[in-house]
Amino acid sequence: MDLFLQQLLNGLSNGSVYSLVALGLTMVFGILHVPNFAHGAFYMIGAYVSLTIMSLFGIPYWIAMLISMFAIALLAVISERLIYHPLRNAAGLHQMMGAIGILLFLVAFAQVVWGPNYQQMSSPYNGAISIFGTTFTQQRIIVIIATVIIMLILHFFLTKTMIGSAIIAMAQNREGAYLVGINANMVVMLTFAISGILAAAAATLASPINLVFPGMGDLVIMKAFVIIIIGGMGSIPGAIIAGYLLGIVESFGATYISGDYKDVIAFALLVIILTVKPTGLFTRRAY
Amino acid sequence: MKGFLTKRNGILLVLIIALLLPFIVPNEYVLHVMALVCIWSISVYGINIFTGFTGNLSLAHIGFFAIGAYTLGILTVKADWNFWLALLAAGVLSIVLGILVGLISLRTSGHFFTIFTMCVGYIIYLVIDKWDTLTGGVRGLIGIPNPSRIGPITFDSLTSHYYLLLCFLILTIFITKRIVSSLLGRTFIAIRNSEELAQTIGISTKKNRLLSFVISCFFAAFAGALYASFVRFIGPEVGAIFLGFEMLIYLVIGGLGTLTGPVIGTILIVTLTQSLQFLQEYKMLIFGPILLLIVIFYPQGIAGAINKLTNKWKAKRTKDNKVKEQQTTIKEVG
Repeated sequence: MDLFLQQLLNGLSNGSVYSLVALGLTMVFGILHVPNFAHGAFYMIGAYVSLTIMSLFGIPYWIAMLISMFAIALLAVISERLIYHPLRNAAGLHQMMGAIGILLFLVAFAQVVWGPNYQQMSSPYNGAISIFGTTFTQQRIIVIIATVIIMLILHFFLTKTMIGSAIIAMAQNREGAYLVGINANMVVMLTFAISGILAAAAATLASPINLVFPGMGDLVIMKAFVIIIIGGMGSIPGAIIAGYLLGIVESFGATYISGDYKDVIAFALLVIILTVKPTGLFTRRAY
Repeated sequence: MKGFLTKRNGILLVLIIALLLPFIVPNEYVLHVMALVCIWSISVYGINIFTGFTGNLSLAHIGFFAIGAYTLGILTVKADWNFWLALLAAGVLSIVLGILVGLISLRTSGHFFTIFTMCVGYIIYLVIDKWDTLTGGVRGLIGIPNPSRIGPITFDSLTSHYYLLLCFLILTIFITKRIVSSLLGRTFIAIRNSEELAQTIGISTKKNRLLSFVISCFFAAFAGALYASFVRFIGPEVGAIFLGFEMLIYLVIGGLGTLTGPVIGTILIVTLTQSLQFLQEYKMLIFGPILLLIVIFYPQGIAGAINKLTNKWKAKRTKDNKVKEQQTTIKEVG
């Protein structure tokens, strides 16, 4: 029972991180119909930015996270302006190449600036607490709570504000959104900014549990792709549900099936799902 | 002058340079690099058939490269097979697996297909990395033998190995050329340009995409097998997705969907990175932006840009000739 509860919590906290990353990815896909391979690199740079300002200036954890969110939002918007905007009418193949180009550049950039070594991020929540006789790491609880708060803010932003509704409108029907006078450029930039914010938040939350290194985004982004395919490309609720699902399945799979092949689970899941249903598990709904 | 600068003479010139290379540069290192260029090029031609001509992006390509390398490595090191037999086995295995993967993955299309193949590629990588007893895990396979002798010809020296690889590269280019200029190649290009249109004129897009995928997988595995016997050591990193991205860069910079692009791109980038050794680790800091610039401004790559220029020049020349002809006729009439 002890093990079960612990694995459930691990699964929920990993799932939270996956969900946050997948949310940004799915929103960009909903608007632009581009699989943003560079999203994992945004995630990785986000972790490094937080780490650097925390260790250099001694800035507290949460403020470092806010600064990192802002920085990655800026990075995402810049890459949209420089790469995706000129490629908006190009073939899908070239857009994917563009995304791969950004990814390779950012990974090399991190290697030059921060070095290829693994680094540890400290967080104020290093202790452990025990609930019902089971011990949990504090950071994992923090990850779960913070993720829920971020998702709620995103939900209210998308449903209660004009700008948020514009994003949803454009994801639902592009031409219709143009017709009612929505500024497409603004919406696209905003979506990229949000996806950057989510990536930075996820990275800063996950880094104290895992480690910070230039390749940290690779596996996360691949799993995020699995998640958005399972949840329906472009669907926001789908990404959240599938993210938690994957986190929990992985966590239990690692304990009860095989620790070595833990990372295969996600990809095998996707292969099986796409084999049975080539268009993904859920049909696409924007929100 | 005009008679000398034909396409055929250009190809002959490049061929002669490639053949005489061991005598021009007696430097072993240069020869080693050029042999690697041959191997990468064969693999890049494989990507080109599927991505450049049929218009789908498969990220499982590098997985098939690794399958080829490991098939040859395991069969020659652990089962003591003859090199040529093992090479054949690598090819056959890649075709069988290619058909299997293709049958499933080609049910999806567009972005789904790319992500699906990315997952397949990663599964292949993880299996190689974790299946210790068969693949040696992270330690890899050591001591893969050189190609075995055919009659009096041995391949123990670097020069002979280089000639062997060059032969295979020329064969690959020749096969690609034959495919592209045949009805099959035109079918592929039709699918690339518009899948719906291809279907309306009665092309079985599913069958042809599968065929193109399998050909591409075969080239990948073939190149992988040659790589294993040339480098003589392989580890799981031959299946890493970043190596696959690197090959894609060769192709995109050289020219997607062109016949000369893969070779141009590979030679250019490999020699550049080799001559700028200090860049080794950070090369993507430069090639990433170059890739972006090429994708945005020259979607057809270097080969495409050259083609465009020569076409422009030719068009201008014929126009000039026409003007001249008109002038002379006017004069004659006048």
